[in-house]
Order: sequence, then structure tokens, then C-alpha cells
Amino acid sequence: MDSFVPWLLLALPLLSAVAIHLGLKRNQAISAIVSTASAALTLILAIVLLLHKEDVHVAFNWISIGGFAGIKIGLDLDQLAKGMMLVVTGVGFLVHLFSLAYMKDDSAKARYFCGLSLFMFSMTGIVLASNFIMMFVFWELVGLSSYLLIGHWYEKDSAADAAKKAFLTNRIGDFGFMIGILMLWGITGHFTFSGLEGWAAAPTTFCATCLGIAVLCIFAGAMGKSAQAPLHVWLPDAMEGPTPVSALIHAATMVAAGVYMMARFFGALTPDGAELSALVPVFSGQTIAWVGGITSLLAALMATQQDDIKKILAYSTLSQLGYMVMAIGLLNPEAGMFHLFTHAWFKALLFLGSGAVIFACHHEQNIWKMGGLKKTMPITFITFGIGTLALCGFPFITSGFWSKEQILEAALNKNTALFVIAAFVAFLTTFYMFRLFFIAFLGKSRSDNADHAKEVGPLMYVPLIILAILALISGFQPVAQSIAPAYHHEGFHMGWAFGASILAVVLGFGLAFKLYKDAAEDPLAEKGIFKLFRNKFYLDEAYAKVVGYGQDTVAAFVHFFDELIISGFLVGGFSRAAGGIGRLFGRLQSGNLQGYAVLFGLGVLLIIYLTVFVS
Amino acid sequence: MSLILILIPILAAVAILMGGKAKSLATGAAALNLILGLGSVFSWNHGVWDLSLQVLSKPSIHLALGFYDGMSVIMVILSVLVLFTAVMSGKCPEGREKLWYSSILLIGAGALGAFLSTDLFFFYAFHELALIPTFLMIGMLGSGERKEAAWKITIYLSLGSIILLAGLIWLVAASGSETWLFKDLLASSIDAETQSGIAALLIIGFGILISLFPFHSWAAPAYASAPAPVAMLHAGVLKKFGLYGLIRLYPMVSIGMQDWLGWLIVLLLGNILWVGFVTINQKRLDMMLGNSSVMHMGYIFLAFAALVQAGSSEANPLAIPAAVVLMFAHGISIALLFMLTDTIRRKTGTVELAELGGLAKAAPRLAFLFGLGAMASIGLPGLANFSGEVLVFLSGFNGYTGNGLGCVQIATILALWGVVISAVYMLRAYRQTFQGPSVAHTNSDHVKDFGPFCQIPAAILAIALLVVGIYPNSLLHLLKKEPAPSLETEQASN
Repeated sequence: MDSFVPWLLLALPLLSAVAIHLGLKRNQAISAIVSTASAALTLILAIVLLLHKEDVHVAFNWISIGGFAGIKIGLDLDQLAKGMMLVVTGVGFLVHLFSLAYMKDDSAKARYFCGLSLFMFSMTGIVLASNFIMMFVFWELVGLSSYLLIGHWYEKDSAADAAKKAFLTNRIGDFGFMIGILMLWGITGHFTFSGLEGWAAAPTTFCATCLGIAVLCIFAGAMGKSAQAPLHVWLPDAMEGPTPVSALIHAATMVAAGVYMMARFFGALTPDGAELSALVPVFSGQTIAWVGGITSLLAALMATQQDDIKKILAYSTLSQLGYMVMAIGLLNPEAGMFHLFTHAWFKALLFLGSGAVIFACHHEQNIWKMGGLKKTMPITFITFGIGTLALCGFPFITSGFWSKEQILEAALNKNTALFVIAAFVAFLTTFYMFRLFFIAFLGKSRSDNADHAKEVGPLMYVPLIILAILALISGFQPVAQSIAPAYHHEGFHMGWAFGASILAVVLGFGLAFKLYKDAAEDPLAEKGIFKLFRNKFYLDEAYAKVVGYGQDTVAAFVHFFDELIISGFLVGGFSRAAGGIGRLFGRLQSGNLQGYAVLFGLGVLLIIYLTVFVS
Repeated sequence: MSLILILIPILAAVAILMGGKAKSLATGAAALNLILGLGSVFSWNHGVWDLSLQVLSKPSIHLALGFYDGMSVIMVILSVLVLFTAVMSGKCPEGREKLWYSSILLIGAGALGAFLSTDLFFFYAFHELALIPTFLMIGMLGSGERKEAAWKITIYLSLGSIILLAGLIWLVAASGSETWLFKDLLASSIDAETQSGIAALLIIGFGILISLFPFHSWAAPAYASAPAPVAMLHAGVLKKFGLYGLIRLYPMVSIGMQDWLGWLIVLLLGNILWVGFVTINQKRLDMMLGNSSVMHMGYIFLAFAALVQAGSSEANPLAIPAAVVLMFAHGISIALLFMLTDTIRRKTGTVELAELGGLAKAAPRLAFLFGLGAMASIGLPGLANFSGEVLVFLSGFNGYTGNGLGCVQIATILALWGVVISAVYMLRAYRQTFQGPSVAHTNSDHVKDFGPFCQIPAAILAIALLVVGIYPNSLLHLLKKEPAPSLETEQASN
């Protein structure tokens, strides 16, 4: 394999973004086509590289300083990276296609596609990064492209605020991430994943607690990107961006980057199938697992009471990411990555399906104003139904079942409390997804917009069909073994985990059927604890207060003291004294500033000369 | 040769004062300097740039110019880039062309002189030369409360200069060196006790010039009321004089500096955290940028603190490259932001954040360039400041083995929180200025965007940020070369 081929994966989307920005943007249609073509080419490249079984490593020096090992920009293409590339470029290409139709009438289509290409470039960088510094570089660039795409309609206050919130929340995570990278560098002496692998094979003596803290700091970065509680608040707001962006970035790829990064990191710590628990202390793993478990529970509860179709899917994404993070924390990154892989397809499917619905209903997003779409949008209805089943983990025929099963098994083996939470979340998932499905697609239409809905065109439904097929088959062993980023086959057996997931699906479906089959409004709304779910546990309000009364008050206070004491009193006294001398000079001389400045210059030179001469 | 770099702007300034065509002379001189300065990258270590002329025999002072090492080259590149773009930006009030353009050129000449001097005396004197036109421009052609701002900066910086001068004289005296030449000074040694005192004077003297906390309150008001080119040149280039000097003289007082490490760390955290919060509370774009520039000085000091703790550049090979890259990056990015803020002021008539809004729609080029500068300044990878910041953080953790955190590591962790603070105020300002619905009374829907020609100065700075951000080795390879072996001294007695 020629060594420039992997670089093309990075170069193509970057060239597309730069070309659009620098000139093509005058022609919106060409910009869209160039960006889509680059996505198609990278998909082909990713498939070629996946079929090519050998690992590929290329690198060049980025920062070199004598006496320091230096930092390289390098690409590591192993099974994990290649499988992830397939997810990124696969979902990416379909989203580009879908966007051609969805963004057809947008006045800033070129800027949109430029942002998509920039995102593809940055995400590719995260996936292929050979070291933590490079991963951090692209990590932040992904944050930038997400910022630009959430804020695509920046004239709207809500979109501009959501973009800012996403960037800042991620920055808080990255604060921890950078500390983690630095600590890890101190402990092991390496940034590179291959270097870490070498270290882990024969670790030098190290302080286990310090490594545990470093792992948690690095995990803080993952909490930001993968929107884990308490840094989850940006993701639902990010739905202000165009819906295809939500599918690509805020469901399938960017938000999965945290999980991917942890899998990459933990993979480097386990050379040749060594046990992860030998290096990672128990408290780190437990903390990560509980963060994931709590996120999955909170998000699923919040999802049960949302009315905006995209918000329901956003909270569901949070909840599923919580599953993946839980698997990571249970030191079973393969299970987490497997769920990431299947989830990418069916969640992209659900988001694009919701995009089709929103498009057809003239940008109506409230599910209570939809209804009856089954008849008017049959393809969307069927594919969305498949996505729903996959997300609920409908046994045997959907991919979601196989991957969720692995996580439930892992939890059952290691932590019963988390297993109970995970099983309960599975029940909630089925409940809120069928609530959405019944209200939006079945029954009678409840608004004019829904009345006039028409099935979307082929540019939009073809991606839906492809994703629906993948939502069904991607979990099967032969498929997963050949294309998934990481897959560890565990023979299926009828145990507690299977029983729990069947029960969850049956109960969730039954309850949703009973409550929402023909409902015209939510019978649970405003009732007791459901009000809490509807209002997202008031976390957003609480954060706004913390920022408002915390940060801004501190800032105002500090500013006040800065003016009062440092500027006005301490150093000000100084300057008043000096000002007195200045006035004295002023009386002697012309009194204006110009004169003073000239005098100052001459005076200083004179003083210098005299002092020097005398010494 | 290096004399030419300094003489071009001085001669052009003289020609302007004698009645030459101000704008074209200034632009021509700055452009020529830009070409020569960038060209020096390829030839600086061949000795052709050196000059040494003894101007005073007792004590022995030389007009010695040349590129002492790669750090000088990088500072010269910074100076010529900002000088050229500063000449081309801002709007000169009618009838004041002479003062305006000659001052800009003299500030540039002074900065170049300081970075090109290989003699301590002229290093100091050139900086003084640059300060005078700075004060004049703020006092006479500034905006807002210009008199007060001019007084404040004059008093602070004069005081800083005098303390610094005392430190320098003590340094030369204690070293027992025959001359003021860097090479002779750096070859001599000073006993530890004396080093400590000299170090204190250098920290305070240079510190005031760099707006080290708590001597920072001159900076923001001065930059806010200074004409754009002056704010660009001072915040971007001239302020780096102090950091350059600290790093240059550090080997002579490396032991003494360690006595002040704790203080240095407290003060630099004052820059990053205290001033960071002050910046969050700013209501005007120009004041916010001025404070942010003060805040970011803390990161360069952090690299210096890491150097001090390690004791030498061999013990911490990352510290000096980190500081130099960040000095360059900060200089370019703050110059870009001050330039564009002035553009915003001229196009909308205000820099009050509450009165701005929605400019991106009517002025996408301006929004893009400002966004790029803002992202650079908050350390987005791919732009120069990140290259510097990541090296600063690495230098802070250089030598850390995982057992307990040292004071520099703790400072690094706290400084990392500053990266969040920067993002808070920068994104807030960008959001307020460029995004959201357009604001009627600033007429933001009808603001004219940059024409293709007007954006050239900003684009030059943006490209510099991108080059160093995408490929930091482009600057770092300059630092690898050893200091010029020996200066070709042409003795000329007087």
C-alpha cells in the first residue's frame, strides 16, 4: 500500500473545505457536489483500506526540539481505526447525499457543505491519530466544526447560543483531557499509542493512583465530547443545527469520539490481550462505569417527556452513549465499540428519518402536531420503524439487540446494580421510542402541516433504505467480524441478560401502546415526577444560575477590586506620586504631553549616559 | 545588513517629517522591510547581517547588531509582519499624516533595533526609542480618554524602564565584563547572592513592561484608546521586548531567579486567572482584547517559570521554544484582532458589545477573519497560539514523573483553566458582535464588508497564524541552530 493513500483520507475533505471557502462558495451547487464527491471518495478509500488486511502506519515530524522526543502527525490504521473510518465515511457520505436534498433551498448551502467537509477532515484525524497530542488537535477541530454547524443559522439567537454552549462545555472536558495527557506523559513518558503499548508490555514502576487519576482526567475529555452527565447539557441544544448534522455529528460520529478515544487508549494499555485491570485501578473503572450508567438513566427518563422529535432522539443518543461509556468503565471496550458501531447506523437512520419528517411537515418538530404519517410517507415510516426496533433491541433480527446484549452481559458479570439500571433503561428506551412512533406516525394527522406531508425524494429515501438495511444486519457475527472496529464474539446464551432485554421490550412496548396508541395529548404531562423529566431535572436552569451568579459575579467582583485596589489604590498611589513629579516637570517645561515625552526620552538617555560613564 | 532593517523605517520617518509623501513612503518602507526581514530567515546565520561598531570606549559600548540566535530571527519576522500590516491599517485623521506614519515607523524601528541588538545598551535604548512615539500617538491621536490612558502608560513604562535600567547596570557591573556585548556578558558569571537581587529588579522592570500582574492596569486602557497601528505594534511586538530580555539574560541569573520562582508563579497566575475574570466582565470589545492580551502574557511567563525551575534550557528543552512560539503567535493574533476591532469601530461607530450584533451577515469576510483571530487567541489547534500553548503545558510537565505535583505542575493545571476562561469571553464577544439578529441602530445590515484589497493586511496575519499552527516546525527549526559562533568585530575606536 502506497504511503500517500492514507493521507488522502485527510487531504480530500480538507481540500474540499478549503476550495469551497476560498472560491467555490460563489457557486452553491458546485460546492455541494465537490463536498459530496470528496465524501464518496473517502468512503471508497476507507473500504479499500478495510479490505487490505495489513496495518498501515505513516508519520511526519510536526514539532521537533532537540532534547525532546518530538511530536509527530501520524496515522495508525489498524482494525479499530479502519472499522471506525467505515462508520465515519459511511454515515458521512449518506448524510452528504441526504443534505443535497434537505439543504436544497438554504441560502448558505456552500458554507454548510464547507462545514461538513471540515468536520469529515477533523473526525478522520481523531480516528487515525497515532498519538494523544494529535488526537487533541483534531478533537478540538471537531469541536470547531460542530460549533460552526450548530450555529449554521447563526442569525437565530437560539442557534448562536447553542453553538457557544457546545464549544464551552467541550472546553471544560478538554481541560481535564489535557491534564490527563500531561500526567500520562509524565508517568509513562509517551504520547503515542504504540509507545504506550510498549510501556504497558513492561511497565516501569509507577504510582497506580496517579495513573488512575490520569485515566479519569483523560475520561473527562470523553465526557465532554460524548456528552456524559454532568457535561451532557450541550447535546440537546445542539439540535438547533440542521437535522442531517444532528445525524452525522451529534448521533453517529463526533459524540462517539469519546468512546472511541477511550477504546483506543485502553487498547494501547492491553498489548497482546493483557488484562486491562492489571493497569487501570478499580476506582477509575468504577467511576467511568457509574458516569455512564447514571447518564443513560437520566437521559432515558428525560426522553420520556420530550415533545420535539429531535430532542427525543438527542436524549436517546445521550442514553445510548451512557451504555457505551458504561461498557468502557466495566473494562470491556469491545462491547462499547460494538454498540457504537451498530448505534451509528440506526441512530443516523432515526435522525435522517426525523429529518425527512421535519422536511415533509414544513419544519414542524413537535410530534403532537404530526400523526398519520404512515399513509403519506410509507418509506420513511417503514425505515423509521426498523430504526426504532433496532434502538429498542428487538431480539435476533436487529443489530441493536446483539450489541446491547453484550453490554448487559458485561454489567451482569461485574456490577449487579449497573445491570439493573441498564435493564431499566432498556425498558425506558422501548417506551419512549414507541411513544414517539405511535404519536408521529400512527393515528390521525393533528395539523395542516402533517396533512400535506408528502414522501421525500430519492436523494433522501435511498440513504434511509441503506441505513435501515445496516440497522438490521450490522450486528450479525459474520458482518460485525469483518467490518466492525472491534468485535469480540461471545456465544449467545439464554440467561438473565437475555431475559431482562426481552422483558424490557415487552413491557416498554405494552406501556407505550396503552398510553399513546390513540392519545391526542400526553396523559403524563405535568404529573408529579414526569414534570421533572419534562424539565430535564432543571439542570439547564441550575447551570445557567451557576454561570450567572457564579462566574459572572466573580468576574464582576474581581474586576471591581482590580479597578479599586490595584489600579486605584496600590499602584495608583504610585502613579499619582509620579504624576506629581510629572506636573513639576510640566510646570518647568511646556506642560503638554509632547514636551514631556521628548524630555523623557532625552532625560533617560542622559541618565543612562551619566550612570554608565560614572561607573 | 541588519542596520539596514532598522535604518529603512528611520530614514522613511525622517523623510516624512521633512515633508515627503507620508503614506506611500511608509508603505514602501514597511514593504521593503517585510521582504528583507523574511529574507533574513535564509541568510541570518551566515554572519552577513552582523555589525559591531564601538561607540564608547569606557565603558565599552558597541553599536552591535545582528541575529544573536534563532529567537532574534523570529522576533524580527514578527516585527516586520506587524509593522507592515500596521502601516496599512487604521485610519489617519485628516492632516496628521506626518505624525501618524512617522510614529508608526519609529515604533517599528525601535522594536527591530531592540531585537537586533547584540549589545545590552542598545537593546535597552532602542526600546526607549520606540516608547516615545507610542506615548505621543496615544496622547495626541488616541480616542476616548486618551490623555488619562497616555499618562498611565507613560508613567508605568517609564518607571519600569528605570527599574530595569538599574537592574541592567547592576548586572553589567557585577559580571565584571569588559563590554556590554551579550556574548561577553553571557560568558561571565555572577555570584548567587548578587544574582538574586538583579533577578528581582529584572522581574519587576521587565514585568511592568510586559504587564505582569499586578502592574497590568496600564495596558487595557492604553490599547483601547491607542490608534489601531499603535495598539497592534505595542501589544503585538513591543511588549515582547520584556519577555525576550528575560529569556536572553536568564542564563546570567539562573540561580538568582530560583529565589523568586514562587512569586513568579503567583504573579503569572494573577495574569491568567485574575485578569481572566476581569476580561470576562468587560463590556467593550477593545477593553476585552486589551485585557485578554494581558492575560495571555501569563502563559509565556509560565514557560519561563518552567525554565527557572529546571535551571537551564538543557534541563527543560521545551521552555524556551514554547515561550518564543507563543510570543510570536500572540503578537500576530492580537495585532489581527486590534486591527479588525478598529475596522468594526469605523464601520459601525461603536465597540460596545451591547450595541453590536449580527455583523456576520453583511460582512462575512470580516467575520471570518475576526473569528480566525479569536479562535487563534483561545488556542484552537491549527492556529499558531495552540502550538505555543501546548509546548508551554508540556514544558510545565517536563520532568514530572507521576509522584506528587510540583508547583509548576499545579500552576500549569490552573493555567489550563484559563483556556476555558479565554473561550468564555472570546466566544461571548464573537457571538455578541457577529451573530444573532442584526441590530438596527448600528445599521449592521448595511455595513460594507472588506473589499478584496482591504483584507490583505488581515489576510497576511491570518496566513502567518495558519502556517505556524499547521506546521510549528516552520518556526522551531530556526531555534535549533546554535547562536552565531562569533561576531565579526570591526573595531573602531572613538
